[in-house]
Amino acid sequence: MLDVLVIGGGNAALCAALMAREAGASVLVLESAPREWRGGNSQHTRNLRCMHDAPQDVLTESYPEEEYWQDLLKVTGGETDERLARLAIRESSHCRDWMRQHGVRFQPSLSGTLHLSRTNAFFMGGGKALINAYYRSAERLGVKIRYESPVDRLELQGGRFVAAHCASQRIEARACVVASGGFESNRAWLREAWGQNEAGEWPADNFAIRGTRFNMGVLLRDLIAQGADTIGDPTQSHSVAIDARAPLYDGGICTRVDCVSLGVVVNKHAQRFYDEGEDFWPKRYAIWGRLVAHQPGQLAYSVIDAKAIGRFMPPVFPGEKADSLEQLARQLGLDEQAFVRTVQDYNAACRIGTFDHAVLDDCHTEGLTPAKTHWARPLDTAPFYGYALKPGITFTYLGMKVNDQAAVHFGGQASPNLFAAGEIMAGNVLGKGYTAGVGMTIGTAFGRLAGTQAARAALNIGAHHAAA
Amino acid sequence: MQQLEALTREARELATGELLLTPYEAEVGRQLQICNACRYCEGFCAVFPAMTRRLEFGKADIHYLANLCHNCGACLHACQYAPPHEFAVNVPQAMAQVRGQTYADYAWPPALGALYKRNGLTLALALAAGLALFLVLAVMIKGTLFHEPLAGNFYAIFPHNLLVLMFTPIFLFAALALGLGVRRFWRDMSPGTASAAAVLEATSDALRLKYLDGANQIQPGELAEGCPNKDDAPTLWRQRFHHATFYGFMLCFAATSVATLYHYVFKWQAPYGITSVPVLLGTVGGIGLLLGPAGLFWLNVRRHPLHGDAAQKPMDRGFIGLLFFISLTGLALLVWRDTSAMALLLALHLGVVMALFATLPYGKFAHGVYRVAALLKWAIEKRLPSRLQLGND
Repeated sequence: MLDVLVIGGGNAALCAALMAREAGASVLVLESAPREWRGGNSQHTRNLRCMHDAPQDVLTESYPEEEYWQDLLKVTGGETDERLARLAIRESSHCRDWMRQHGVRFQPSLSGTLHLSRTNAFFMGGGKALINAYYRSAERLGVKIRYESPVDRLELQGGRFVAAHCASQRIEARACVVASGGFESNRAWLREAWGQNEAGEWPADNFAIRGTRFNMGVLLRDLIAQGADTIGDPTQSHSVAIDARAPLYDGGICTRVDCVSLGVVVNKHAQRFYDEGEDFWPKRYAIWGRLVAHQPGQLAYSVIDAKAIGRFMPPVFPGEKADSLEQLARQLGLDEQAFVRTVQDYNAACRIGTFDHAVLDDCHTEGLTPAKTHWARPLDTAPFYGYALKPGITFTYLGMKVNDQAAVHFGGQASPNLFAAGEIMAGNVLGKGYTAGVGMTIGTAFGRLAGTQAARAALNIGAHHAAA
Repeated sequence: MQQLEALTREARELATGELLLTPYEAEVGRQLQICNACRYCEGFCAVFPAMTRRLEFGKADIHYLANLCHNCGACLHACQYAPPHEFAVNVPQAMAQVRGQTYADYAWPPALGALYKRNGLTLALALAAGLALFLVLAVMIKGTLFHEPLAGNFYAIFPHNLLVLMFTPIFLFAALALGLGVRRFWRDMSPGTASAAAVLEATSDALRLKYLDGANQIQPGELAEGCPNKDDAPTLWRQRFHHATFYGFMLCFAATSVATLYHYVFKWQAPYGITSVPVLLGTVGGIGLLLGPAGLFWLNVRRHPLHGDAAQKPMDRGFIGLLFFISLTGLALLVWRDTSAMALLLALHLGVVMALFATLPYGKFAHGVYRVAALLKWAIEKRLPSRLQLGND
């Protein structure tokens, strides 16, 4: 019989498979995607948030455990499990040598991400290169990998894993790691979770999925139906405002639009609806998905003038470019008069101090609702640019409750041989919010842990059987 | 059809006064727009750091970046937007297509740029002509291809002055044609002034083939692991075989140069002994030039189908083949120079050498010249402050 079955094909799944294999277990990985789309959302990631007490190869200064924990506490608003969080944090301080052994390489923080050079170790070539390295290493070590193998349901017996059903096949194993992600690719589920708004719209119908199309949440739903304990708000997801022309799936990082704080954002009625300069963009980009989702048609328009060019990461799609505000309104399909009035009101309210995009400067508006509290400069220099925005879902928070062995729970009881890792249990640590690279920290830490525990469970059972 | 497109483009350029992009260039521009919004590949090579210094990609930028690209393939396998993604990003391939175009566009005289288009045929014809020339010459001079052993005295077959007369103009023409081509390329890139440090760095990058390391900065405790070939696994063999080829070629060239010095300065007549400097240099270089191209060919036929431009494979393999046969015939000549087959072997060797030199400015050799120019431009550029202030906040 197979020792360890790993369901999923992203970072957490591969970490589990590699650890289980290294512990001497026979391992089969079932990835629902075809080979060219393997890796789930990990293929779109770029770094790992790492605790470290002194400068390391690609990491500057230090990022001690306590600071990391405080950051996590802040972004989650307390919706985290300190024990599990600290476990992941500590794991991040020493997992990189193991990652290197399996072919992962690191690079210094990318241009435009200087703010992450202290806290985040970037993967050379990004997450897909990391995934490729793990698959190569897994194949070399004799891990069996099957693509296009979505698992429909698990066969459980009193909280114990017995077999997985994959198409018409029943696959038995001594232990199982579920690392099959959240449900963000399941549009019907998203629709249900988000519900209908007052205007009768189903907002989720207008969301793009920033990552893989294969996170259908099949096992999440199956496990919940079989009584597994859950964690995380079932209606919540991490979402950012992305270019409205982004593809429906796998738009990844490049579809973000980073000029919000340099101009104004209006909805489809050409009205502003939130303080664009509330805080630094890396601290605010993640609330804009939700903000746009609450606007009519789930659409918004980020508008800047020529002064902003060269001050933000270049967007993937060129913006609409116009020599006058009127013309820009026409190109964006906005009401011309309303748009020009909104911009004129904003321009008139701007109190320009000393513009500095690197600090929370003193350029702000007065007597305007909503206010723009920093970096407020009139839009007065042609050409003007406009980018249509829509919400892009990164991941969902609903998942399996686990303990410090990564074991799935049923009615408060830990399963002896069913473990969870990655996005499907990230809600234990990250019940809300996000901070760069923490998803990969959780996936790596709990993937490795789940693999070790699964191998232990499988090999102990094996020894027991042999003795009997 | 292509000609029509080119004519239309020229007409529009005349009308608008700005240089319009060819379809290949436009494709590079499209892809770099995506790369510039992602940047995950920044650590692989120089192309991506150079890209991040720009927001828009004009013709000159595209030519520069295309020639800076070493076609290592790392970014293709790492790319979240590579096919089958609808963005269909394949930077190595898009760059290779523009590179092929720049070789032809910058060729001097311009009419001969067309030789790049069907380069396999060009090389085959050059080889046939080179071989025929020397075989016929040998027969004309000696009356036969087979003769009594001549103790390795090549000049008994082809007088020294005759060889000088034949090879010098061809070599000088190749140098002139390549020089004029790369000069125009250099000026179009508006590279600025090269400091000694920049020249040193570019030279070192070229001689070490730094950008086939797989990383533009090897982290402490890590070793260069190379770049992908048949799949996403990195290998150092392309770098190694290229080194064997390049340094083998240079040693052979050095052998010839030393022999020339012997001849003119010291009045020492060939053939030189097995332990003489020219023969030693030629032997070691020849072995490198045998193993290198053989290895590169082996890698080339196994290369991932999405790497590079398939249309340029005849050019790549033709050039690799010429180098291999130069070495093979040269070493054979050394081994059997005391036999009656010397005239035949010598004619074969000189025929291949002639074909190589005649096609130097119109074949794969050009990649080295344009690559070095692009590396120098990068070494200059990276020392300048970036004009952009992308939010580091």
